Amino acid sequence: MTTTRTQARAPRVGESALRPDGIPKVQGRFLFGNDLWADGMLWGKTLRSPHAHARIARIDVTPALAMTGVFAVLTADDVPGSGVFGLEQADQPVFASGVVRYVGEPIAVVAADHPELARRACEAIVVEYEVLTPLVDSQAAITAAAIHPDGNILRHLVIRHGDIDAIGDVVVEGIYEVGMQDQAFMGPESGLAIPDDDGGVQLFVSTQFVHADRDQTAACLGLPPDMVRATVAGTGGAFGGREDICLQVHVCLLALRTGRPVKMLYSRDESFVGHVHRHPARMEYRHHARRDGTIVKVEARVVFDGGAYASTSSAVLANACCFGAGPYRVPNAFIEGWAVRTNNPPCGAMRGFGAVQTCFAHEAQMDKLADALAIDRVELRLRNALEPGDTIITGQRITGTAPVAAVIRACADAPFPAGAELDPDSESAPMLLRPGGAGRTADARHVTRALGFAVSYKNLMFSEGFDDYSTARVRVEDGIATVHCACAEVGQGFVTLAQQIAREVLDIDEVVLAPADTHVGSAGSTSASRQTWMSGGAVEGACRLVKAQMEADAAAGTVQRVYEATFEHHHAPTQRLDENGQGDAHVSFAFAAHRAVVDVDRDLGLVRVVDVTTAQDVGRVLNPVQALGQIEGGIAQGVGLAVMEELVVDQGRIRNASFTDYLIPTALDMPTVTVAALIEEPEPGAPFGAKGIGEPPTISSTAAVAAAIRAATGRAVDRVPVRPDDLLF
Amino acid sequence: MTYALHVNGAEHHVADGWPGESLLYVLRERIELPGAKNACEQGECGSCSVLVDGLLVCSCLVLAESVSGCEIETIERHSALSRVQQAFVDAGAVQCGFCTPGLVVAIEDLLDREPEPDELTVREAISGNLCRCTGYGRILEAVRRAVADPRAAVPPTEPS
Ligand code: FES
Ligand code: FES
Repeated sequence: MTTTRTQARAPRVGESALRPDGIPKVQGRFLFGNDLWADGMLWGKTLRSPHAHARIARIDVTPALAMTGVFAVLTADDVPGSGVFGLEQADQPVFASGVVRYVGEPIAVVAADHPELARRACEAIVVEYEVLTPLVDSQAAITAAAIHPDGNILRHLVIRHGDIDAIGDVVVEGIYEVGMQDQAFMGPESGLAIPDDDGGVQLFVSTQFVHADRDQTAACLGLPPDMVRATVAGTGGAFGGREDICLQVHVCLLALRTGRPVKMLYSRDESFVGHVHRHPARMEYRHHARRDGTIVKVEARVVFDGGAYASTSSAVLANACCFGAGPYRVPNAFIEGWAVRTNNPPCGAMRGFGAVQTCFAHEAQMDKLADALAIDRVELRLRNALEPGDTIITGQRITGTAPVAAVIRACADAPFPAGAELDPDSESAPMLLRPGGAGRTADARHVTRALGFAVSYKNLMFSEGFDDYSTARVRVEDGIATVHCACAEVGQGFVTLAQQIAREVLDIDEVVLAPADTHVGSAGSTSASRQTWMSGGAVEGACRLVKAQMEADAAAGTVQRVYEATFEHHHAPTQRLDENGQGDAHVSFAFAAHRAVVDVDRDLGLVRVVDVTTAQDVGRVLNPVQALGQIEGGIAQGVGLAVMEELVVDQGRIRNASFTDYLIPTALDMPTVTVAALIEEPEPGAPFGAKGIGEPPTISSTAAVAAAIRAATGRAVDRVPVRPDDLLF
Repeated sequence: MTYALHVNGAEHHVADGWPGESLLYVLRERIELPGAKNACEQGECGSCSVLVDGLLVCSCLVLAESVSGCEIETIERHSALSRVQQAFVDAGAVQCGFCTPGLVVAIEDLLDREPEPDELTVREAISGNLCRCTGYGRILEAVRRAVADPRAAVPPTEPS
């Protein structure tokens, strides 16, 4: 027997409703893409480039094809449609042909009747390379010979705002770097393709954006989009890393070629090269201020390494620049951004999407400025905090809510939780909770505790004129509502919210969710903190249409058995930034503040994050437990970037593509997160007034931890993740 | 290669197995028990956690054939929700859920051995189980709830 708690009245908006997929997930019955299986299924495997830059002289697949149990071996010659794909610009080959541009670029795929055989068949393929010198320096890439027909400049963006020659009484400068972070979602890339009788294909894939998968895959297969029937398979996290195509085209090509179902599943080391990463960035900053602490001007030059292909680099760079001065009134700004192509691993979306990198820099600058002016660091931020009606550096006026001062105050004034007081009794702290943890290296006399503070902001939804919308179809039959929306559930809890919203509007307790697939209109991507607003709004809109019809019929005495409506929810239109980086490019903004307490072992350069306290602008909380989960989980990724997470790339090759060497926070690394306040000022135009909450926790948490380490050590800490060497030498 | 595996009280015959197949692979791909997950397949994440003769192991690191005489228990061992499973649902400890089966198995194992662990003990016990979504806060809350659950112990293993 399965126990479910029957609630007299199922929870509505604002209550901590339980996830509808919670029980199957705790029972191990929930099917992820990895778990899918079909009769007669073959296994697909990808042969990848071992070189960062090389010419392909020859490919010979015959030894692989000759192996018993191998059913297909495909290369660039076998792609019937477009040979390239891409979210913003189609510049990435389905299979490398002629040249490879990064380590891990797909060369061929194999379908075999056992995964191990597929792996061996990949090894049997002969590829002769003429190795070229890789372009790995992002600064040099700006002027280096092009490594791609589209050139090396993925975007060059300049923001000129106010008087760019303005000068302040006090000037502080810094150069900052952020390393390459990986999304490291737990469920590796996976998908199953099943050929259809009409020449089309069904694709079940772990993804963030099933319609973009469908459209790009269809273009590469040379099929009309409606012949690729795509469904979001159970998805084990995403964080930006599943917005781009990985195996979608490959697995469909294999299924169509063999006429059999084909499954692909990346191993962990393959996953590390199989998706885009957070852009490494180098950022030069100069802040000008008056003696009273008023910011006069922010100048910055930022270079983001996009790796071999465009992915979403252009939009990431726009965010980095737009929010590059922080959530402050900055009357004058000159910000120059470059996103460039190199032979490093491709970079694209990751939680925080460009704002993370520049937040680390602008918050370090704010601390420097405060110290130079002898003003309290929190006070300096409060004096400059953006307010509703203010204009940001892109010339856009904030028309919605902007409780910047409120998040700063709530976070800064929060009491320190027990154990995180600033004058600790270090001797009594358990060894496991000292820097170095289970290594048991820390000597309490050499441990310093300090705090850091940081504030951030970021856009919600897609910006710069993108036609951003979501679609939902709602059907009411026999007192049960069915919601059909293609929003990818990647763990964030849209499935819960969709039920809450439908119950709220329709006043129906039983709400069923249809599979998220391409049999309904696009819901857009599960990214940019946008699905609560966009797909939540689509569900709300469709429910309101149904409800209006039901009420009209009830009044007229013509009640029907079935009601159905579809609603497409668009947000307010936005503009592309002009040649001065000005324009109303964004829909809405979300703000957060973080205070971190760290212990640093000064002898060994080891850090333990003791506490992260936060206050966040959320508009309205639709599900308190889920909101907390997003905040805690987002902060874990921010802490990870601050102290441990970096893909070490050497001449284009990732040196630590495993969980042995790429460390993410464990339960021993993560402090308890304290939520000092969720600021609920309903956002005009947002369904139920709710802002997206997924990204802000990741943005300023990194900067706050870095600031705390700086305070504990007196070191520059101008690069994250902070390595022991940075604190010792 | 043909051998038998004793899983959750039932006997499964594995025919035509490859010698190198891990217990995780065989559970998932040959005997239709995909509850144990495969986030790394190199012993680093705990998503594949199962019990072999009562011992918590990463099934990705165990050769399937080598445990053919052993009693294997997976997340699918419960026919009703255990108190840990119920607490995960109630506390919001599940987001994507990919880490969840491994964590549930590991926490049930901990509570079997230590019914009222303090938080540090829990953190250490699950430090081999990576979760990328939750930051562990709601998972620790789930453990607190499971400990406080009036049901004295994990329900006895029942055949699935
Ligand atoms: S899959 Fe076994 S430890 Fe990760
Ligand atoms: S819930 Fe997603 S990895 Fe733990």
